[in-house]
Amino acid sequence: MANGTQIPRDERRSLSSHLPPVVQPGHTMASVTDKISSVVLTRQTPRAWFIGLAISFSLTMLLLVAVTYLLAKGTGIWGVNIPVAWAFAIINFVWWIGIGHAGTLISAILLLLRQEWRTSINRFAEAMTLFAVACAGLYPLLHMGRPWLAYWLFPYPNTMGMWPQFRSPLVWDVFAVSTYLLVSLLFWFIGLIPDLATLRDRSPSRVGRFVYGLLAMGWRGSARHWHRYEMAYLLLAGLSTPLVVSVHTIVSFDFAVAQLPGWHATVFPPYFVAGAIYAGFAMVMILAIPLRRFYGLQDFVTMRHLDNMARITLATGMFVAYGYMMETFMAWYSGSIFESALMTNRFSGPYAAWYWALLVFNVLIPQALWFTRVRSSTVALFLIAVSVSIGMWLERFIIVVVSLHRDFLPSSWGMYYPTFWDWAMYLGSIGLFFSLLFLFLRFLPMISIFEMRTLLPGAEVKEENP
Amino acid sequence: MNETSVKTVDLEALRRKLSLRSQGGSRYWRSLEEVAETAEFRAFVEAEFPSQARNLFDAVERRQFLKLMGASLALAGASACTRQPEEKVFPYVAAPENLVPGKPLFYATAMPLGGVAAPLLVESHLGRPTKIEGNTGHPASGGATDAFSQGAILGLYDPDRSQTIRNAGNIRPWSAFVDEMASAMGEQRRRRGAGLRLLTGTVTSPSLAHQIELLLAELPEARWIQYEPIARDAARMAARLGFGRELEARYRLDRATTVLALDADFLAAGRGALRYARDFAAMRRKDENRLYAVEPSPTNTGAAADHRLPLDAHLIEELALAIAAELGLPVRPPVDIDIHRPWIREVARDLQRGGRRSLVVTGEWQSVTTQLLVHAINDRLGAIGHTVEFTEPIEAPGPSGLTVLRELVESIDAGGIDLLIVAGVNPVYDAPVDLRFAEHMQKVGTRVHLGLYDDETAEQCHWHIPEAHFLESWGDARAYDGTVSIVQPLIAPLYEGKTLHEIIAALAGDAADAETSGYEIVRAYWREHLPEPFEQSWRRAVHDGMIADSTLPAITPNWLSPPGTQLPPRRELDQTGNWHVVFRPDPSTYDGRFANNGWLQELPRPITRLTWDNAVWMAPAAAERIGVSSGDVVELSRGEQRLHGPVWIVPGQAANTLTVHLGYGRQRAGYVAAGAGFDAGPLRTSDEPWTLSGVAVQPTGETRVLACTQDHFSMEGRDLVRFETRGARGDGHEEHGGGHGAHGGHGNKSLFPPVPYDGYAWGMSIDLGSCIGCNACVISCQAENNIPVVGKEQVEAGREMHWLRIDRYFEGELDAPQIVHQPVPCMHCELAPCEIVCPVNATVHSDEGLNDMVYNRCVGTRYCSNNCPYKVRRFNFLLYNDVQSDVLKMAANPDVTVRSRGVMEKCTYCVQRISHARITAKREGREIRDGEIVTACQAVCPTEAIVFGDINDPNSRVSRAKASPRDYSLLAELGTKPRTTYLAGVRNPNPALAAIDKKHT
Repeated sequence: MANGTQIPRDERRSLSSHLPPVVQPGHTMASVTDKISSVVLTRQTPRAWFIGLAISFSLTMLLLVAVTYLLAKGTGIWGVNIPVAWAFAIINFVWWIGIGHAGTLISAILLLLRQEWRTSINRFAEAMTLFAVACAGLYPLLHMGRPWLAYWLFPYPNTMGMWPQFRSPLVWDVFAVSTYLLVSLLFWFIGLIPDLATLRDRSPSRVGRFVYGLLAMGWRGSARHWHRYEMAYLLLAGLSTPLVVSVHTIVSFDFAVAQLPGWHATVFPPYFVAGAIYAGFAMVMILAIPLRRFYGLQDFVTMRHLDNMARITLATGMFVAYGYMMETFMAWYSGSIFESALMTNRFSGPYAAWYWALLVFNVLIPQALWFTRVRSSTVALFLIAVSVSIGMWLERFIIVVVSLHRDFLPSSWGMYYPTFWDWAMYLGSIGLFFSLLFLFLRFLPMISIFEMRTLLPGAEVKEENP
Repeated sequence: MNETSVKTVDLEALRRKLSLRSQGGSRYWRSLEEVAETAEFRAFVEAEFPSQARNLFDAVERRQFLKLMGASLALAGASACTRQPEEKVFPYVAAPENLVPGKPLFYATAMPLGGVAAPLLVESHLGRPTKIEGNTGHPASGGATDAFSQGAILGLYDPDRSQTIRNAGNIRPWSAFVDEMASAMGEQRRRRGAGLRLLTGTVTSPSLAHQIELLLAELPEARWIQYEPIARDAARMAARLGFGRELEARYRLDRATTVLALDADFLAAGRGALRYARDFAAMRRKDENRLYAVEPSPTNTGAAADHRLPLDAHLIEELALAIAAELGLPVRPPVDIDIHRPWIREVARDLQRGGRRSLVVTGEWQSVTTQLLVHAINDRLGAIGHTVEFTEPIEAPGPSGLTVLRELVESIDAGGIDLLIVAGVNPVYDAPVDLRFAEHMQKVGTRVHLGLYDDETAEQCHWHIPEAHFLESWGDARAYDGTVSIVQPLIAPLYEGKTLHEIIAALAGDAADAETSGYEIVRAYWREHLPEPFEQSWRRAVHDGMIADSTLPAITPNWLSPPGTQLPPRRELDQTGNWHVVFRPDPSTYDGRFANNGWLQELPRPITRLTWDNAVWMAPAAAERIGVSSGDVVELSRGEQRLHGPVWIVPGQAANTLTVHLGYGRQRAGYVAAGAGFDAGPLRTSDEPWTLSGVAVQPTGETRVLACTQDHFSMEGRDLVRFETRGARGDGHEEHGGGHGAHGGHGNKSLFPPVPYDGYAWGMSIDLGSCIGCNACVISCQAENNIPVVGKEQVEAGREMHWLRIDRYFEGELDAPQIVHQPVPCMHCELAPCEIVCPVNATVHSDEGLNDMVYNRCVGTRYCSNNCPYKVRRFNFLLYNDVQSDVLKMAANPDVTVRSRGVMEKCTYCVQRISHARITAKREGREIRDGEIVTACQAVCPTEAIVFGDINDPNSRVSRAKASPRDYSLLAELGTKPRTTYLAGVRNPNPALAAIDKKHT
């Protein structure tokens, strides 16, 4: 590094020279390492961290109570019924899975596309993915009438001589989600190894050295290690890339394969994937904006990052809006009375307020992102991201509940009212998510130290002319 | 006697106290000790463990006893219902003949309701009755049953039934009662019975009537009163005025081509309804009849009518007058009916065209004037002797009805009545409010109550004797046409039940007679009335469920004076309020006697689809006028009388009439009935038991949540229930495309070759033209398939479990809509959407085309239900089946799995019956014959609307039905290829009325 001829980075970025940098100038390798690892190693645990964890952990306990009661009594404690046999559990499942997508997209696709700015946000975005998938995974399991038989969805040799029914999208879900969880976990963990080694080396406590040492798996930073690491990371990025598209496509099949008006639509796979990335980037912003401020990481997560994420949010938001438009168009164009009745019901039925709220939260408000002034205001971005998160939850509510509650035979039309336990499960999973996140922030570096170092001007290597 | 102590086990209170399940061990003993101090607990122990009751009051024994009780209380939630016999039990050495485990036996019997027998065949598994079917050989039903009969199984095993003989709340042996009666009757004999009153329900039983007659012959001053809250006083009075004596009218719907129902629900309620519905539907299938209905509130009959006119209750009489006048009868001119003149004229003309093949029917709740007018009109049409026949009354002679209760009250008031026996009726609950029966009966020295439940009347009586359920007792009763059925027991009395026969024997005779069983009494009577050789005739009668040739012959009555001249003067209407209230027996609780039957309570009422409640039916316009909507509680008042009830808006209800159903708001009916509905009693008087005018309505501002299984009225322009007009097809002007979607219509082409079904291919056809929406199929399915009752809250939440439901839609204008019914079981789609989405193969297709549900494979994702366009799948969101009450376990059909929590279920086409037939056929080395498999819904259908069979056999009834051009599939455009298809109904409107109807709208 030291012997390389340095080329000013500014030259490479001449096209985008008006943008803020990805790392604020003035940082050295040591300062980056210090700053990030100090959150974990040296600083006093801030009081706010305890407060945050206490709140989210209480909600996690609420989840525990809700799950216990659910297992004791049955899904009847929720508001589900016939015809609305799926409701909060599936809404929340899709919502959480969608949120996870941004992490994978940032770490895998942007890596492959050599978008270096991703480096400072990929670690916690991946963590977010992992925790979101963990929360999502609870729901399909717990929404079953007999969750203790969930393993019947796996193809395993058994005395009954029974396989799962491979035509069912729920079986595809099992494979899609479990693959996703596994790859995300590996990707995140492998990316952590060099940093774990850094923490091992710098940890002042014996316990810290031992635990981080164990997790670092003997990383010594040798060239061979780095070579293998780069290979593994690239391979996993390659593996993760299709998952960004496939997982939510398969989740959308849960609906698209059914013949229910409002579910049975070919637009669902791309529409769901765009929605997932949309929701995911919104969630990354919801997490990044307070974190960079609280931990003073404005130097690493700069306005450049926020601006990029806002643009992606705006773009995917437009995809989603297009999806809504096509749903409405197809309702008319299909000539099917069931499809058009569904849209009429969305516009003016008993849940119409929810639909209009969805359009406001998901389509109207995010249009503010067209403006540079909005994109450069952290408060505005945070509020818009919250709006998108609510909007995406509403979208799933509209798809699941509003489609189910009025289908083909008016005689079986019904209503769905969430119960206390529905909300308890939802809030509880949010609590679980944040509890895991708080623990992650305290015990692992939230930004990839070694990758940040490569972004420094000192890390530039001049390419040899042949 | 001590009045306050005539209070018995309050199980409800006790259950609350004993809800120990969620509590820890230490709390458990403490609370048991606490509970042991309460009066309820003592009463409970007495009721359940009479032999142990003594110990409870002995300080030394008590601790030991509580220890013993502990386990059983904890396990049974304090609702233990059966006791293990104390004697040693021996297994069969040689099994009784015909008793093969797994093979049910069928016995003929009959269910008396309001005294009238519903002939039944009862399925018995190893000595316990599990399912009611109609007696196919009996002319009164032809094998059909109504919903009440279907509910009888649950009634038999109701854990809340009264179980012990009690005097002033204390458990007493039968001998104590016999002793007290012996001395009381000794006193009565001295006074020639002047102090004895016997109050029973309607008695059609020849043997019982004979027994009572003998008693009365001995005690000439004693009185026997047959009281029935659903009384037929007006009909009886009309016969007396018109013909000089009481007669029973019997209709011949198999001959009638033009029928006018004047506020008569003859297809679904009242005597003979099963037979009338069957004959009516048979004529309808031949396209040979036309039905007009005029009624204040919609009924099943009105829904089946070709022309239905909603008319306020007080105008029915005027309309009858107008019809009579049109036919040239000398009657006073009708008032307030001019607006309907054109309609009336056309109907009268049509009736006249029909001549003797016309028929006018009115309901038992209509006034004497209307009843007389109907007789006169039928006479003028020449229908008497053709479409309407008269027979001798089927009831035993003597004072009967609602008004006779007034005489009883007066005689009690006069003093000197010291023995009142109330048997099988509950006047404290259902007697007209102005009689203040409960108050008056306190003056009687000794009051005895015989009843299935420890009910409101039992509370006011000194003695309470548990009545044997009809499935536990010997007896006899007449059907609507007079045919006598022998009531034979299917099981020995579960508790200490006695029949009225046995009570009368105990009253009439000495100690030895008190031990005479009902069997001996009934047999002794028939020994003298059956042809010789007796044993043979008796066996035949018991086996067939009826006595051959006992149908009453038709007689031709003579008018006392020219028809139409005997009419009472017009009754001035009470003008204090603007509303008319009509009272009707409830299609589920009847007069309240079935209030504790969960199957019936949860059965969606025919027009409203309401469960667990009655309501004040109100026309949409009327509700708008006073600014209320469904669920708003209103106060109905006239003078001092008032009641509160929630409104239910019913399209087709007459504008100023409110309909209230009887049989709710029970105070002491049991766990199930508690909190169901409101009591209509406070408005019902002996003068106006059916129609009350001058009522004021006031919103109270309160609301009551009502559990309705179908909130949506309209079909939303979807082609779901199809009707066409008679003759339209011949002209090539089909109103609906019946027959289109059934087989490959709508271009449902598939890329895949059709799946071959080589053996049997089961299918069902449901004729919408025949279906009258009577609900019998729904409850039959529930009984056959062990479908649980979920309770009001769960129905509200949208979780009712009925495998077969009846969809009801209103079409046309809101005030006078067309009402249609559509039974919806599982469609057993050949390309079933539910099957491909189940992740664990829990719902799969059989090689005979059944869409099978594998309960023990189901993990409960509920995806199948989401993907079912017919929404016929039902999910056990909670543990709905009562697995705790021992006695209810006996009601379960052993051929059908009792489902647990978290499992999907749905109609199976009664796969257990298919298997039975397959086994039988295989053993006999033959194919299953057409008609050999009868599904539970099909078996009880009064109109034979449901046909099931093999669609691979082109000659089967179901194949022939499906070959009809009226055949269509529900939602055929989805390409599900349903095995259940419908026959579009056919309406036969009067062309002359079409223009008038159009003008109305």
